Amino acid sequence: MKPAQFDYRAPEQLDELLELLADDLADVRVIAGGQSLVPMMNFRLSAPERLLDLRRIAALERLDVADGELVVGARVTQATLLRRLERDGGWPLLAAGIRQIGHPQIRSRGTVCGSLAHHDPTAELPALAVALDARLLARSAAGRREIAAAEFFVSYYETALEPGELLVEAVFPAQPPGRGWAFAEIARRRGDFALVGVDAHVDRDRGGERIGAARLVLFGVGERPLRLDGAEPLLRGGRPDPERLAALRELVAERAAPVDDAHASGDYRRHAAAQLAARAIEQAWERSRGV
Amino acid sequence: MSEQEAERVPVTVAINGERVSAAVEPRLLLSDFIRRRARRTGTHVGCEHGVCGACTVLVDGEPQRSCLIFAVQADGAEIETVEGLSAPGAPLHPVQQAFHERHGMQCGFCTSGFLMSTVALLRERPHPSDEELIDALSGNLCRCTGYRNIVAAAREAERLLAQEPSDG
Repeated sequence: MKPAQFDYRAPEQLDELLELLADDLADVRVIAGGQSLVPMMNFRLSAPERLLDLRRIAALERLDVADGELVVGARVTQATLLRRLERDGGWPLLAAGIRQIGHPQIRSRGTVCGSLAHHDPTAELPALAVALDARLLARSAAGRREIAAAEFFVSYYETALEPGELLVEAVFPAQPPGRGWAFAEIARRRGDFALVGVDAHVDRDRGGERIGAARLVLFGVGERPLRLDGAEPLLRGGRPDPERLAALRELVAERAAPVDDAHASGDYRRHAAAQLAARAIEQAWERSRGV
Repeated sequence: MSEQEAERVPVTVAINGERVSAAVEPRLLLSDFIRRRARRTGTHVGCEHGVCGACTVLVDGEPQRSCLIFAVQADGAEIETVEGLSAPGAPLHPVQQAFHERHGMQCGFCTSGFLMSTVALLRERPHPSDEELIDALSGNLCRCTGYRNIVAAAREAERLLAQEPSDG
C-alpha cells in the first residue's frame, strides 16, 4: 500500500465532522474528491493522521441558483457543475475554465470547493473565483464566516481558512447582461496544470461603443491569482485598439512575477501572460454587447 | 499507528453487478481492492498517482481513476471494470471489437483504461465532436501507438454502437 496509515472517519452530520475537524491532531485533512490529496498521499508527500471524508454529508451536495447566485456545495464535483451550466446556461467563463481542468476522470471526482481549498496557484478554479467575485463560506465548530475570493487565496497551497474550518460552499454572484468573457491558458500537454492562464471580463458602457468596465485575472504567474487592477482604468472608456493592447501587454509583463521551473522559465511565462491577456481582452470585447 | 493496530473498515461494492465485501485498511486504494481482493486483474495499475489513466474504471457510471480513490470511499458504489464488458468466450463488446479491428493497442497495458474511458464517453455522448473525443481520451496515456489508431477505434466503436439496439 502506498499511502501511510491514517484514521478514517466519514460522519453523516456536518456538526460531527466539524467537531472532529476541531480535534487537536497534528494533521487532519478533509477529503472529498481527493484528486490532489490522494496523489500526494501516494507519494507520501502528505501523511495525515486523520482523513475526514465528506461523502455521507447530504447537506454539502447543494447545487442551485438562489437570488440569481450560483451556490456550489463542498461535495459538488467539477463535472456535475459543468453539466449543470451546459444545461441551464449562465456563468460561461466558469464553464470554459472548468473544461480545462485535468481530464474527465479528474473532473468526475474532483470537487469545486476542494480545488479552491487546495489552492494550487496554477489551477483554474482559484483564479475563476477571484474573477467572478465568489464568496466562500467557511464553517467551524465555533461558527461561520464568509470570505471574499480576493481575500481567500494567500500563497501556494495556503488559504485564509483557519485550522478547524471547512469550506462548505462557494457562491458565484449573478453576471450582468451583455458581459463579454474570455478564458485562455497555455499548458505543455492537454490537461496539465497551466503554465499561465487568464480570465477576462468586459462590460460595455451605456453607449455600447466603449469599454465601461474590464477585469483581468492571471494565474500561474505567482503565489496566488493576480487581479490586474491597473488594467481596469487603462481599458475603461476606450476600445481594445492596438495602442491600448500594447500598453496592457507592458503592464502585465511589469506586474506578473512568475518563477522559473522545470516546465518553463519565468520570462517565458511573463511573455505568454502578456500575449494571452491582450487576446483575452479582445475576445471578451467581441463577445460583449451593449445593454 | 503500527501495522498491528491498523483499523479495518468494512467495504461492500458491486463489481460488474457482483457484490464484493471485505474489511480493509482505509489506506487501501480502490485499484488494489479490485485487483487483490476482488481478483479482477483486468484493471491495470501504471503510475499509481493519477497520471496514466490505466486504472480507469466506472464508479456509479463515471470514469474515474481507481488509484486516486480509497476503497473505503467507494463503499456502496457500483463499479464497472473491463471484465464487465464481455464474458470470456462471449462476443466482444462493441468498443472492444472496435479496438481489435482498428488495432487500437500494441502492448495492451493501457487498453482496459482506454476501453472504459471510451465506454463512458459514448454512453454520455453517442456522437461526440472531435474535441469531446480527444478530451475524453486525453486522460489515458499510451506509450506504444501514437494514439491515431485509438482515436480511429473510438470512432469505429461509435459506429458499431449506433447499429446496436442497446447501449454499451
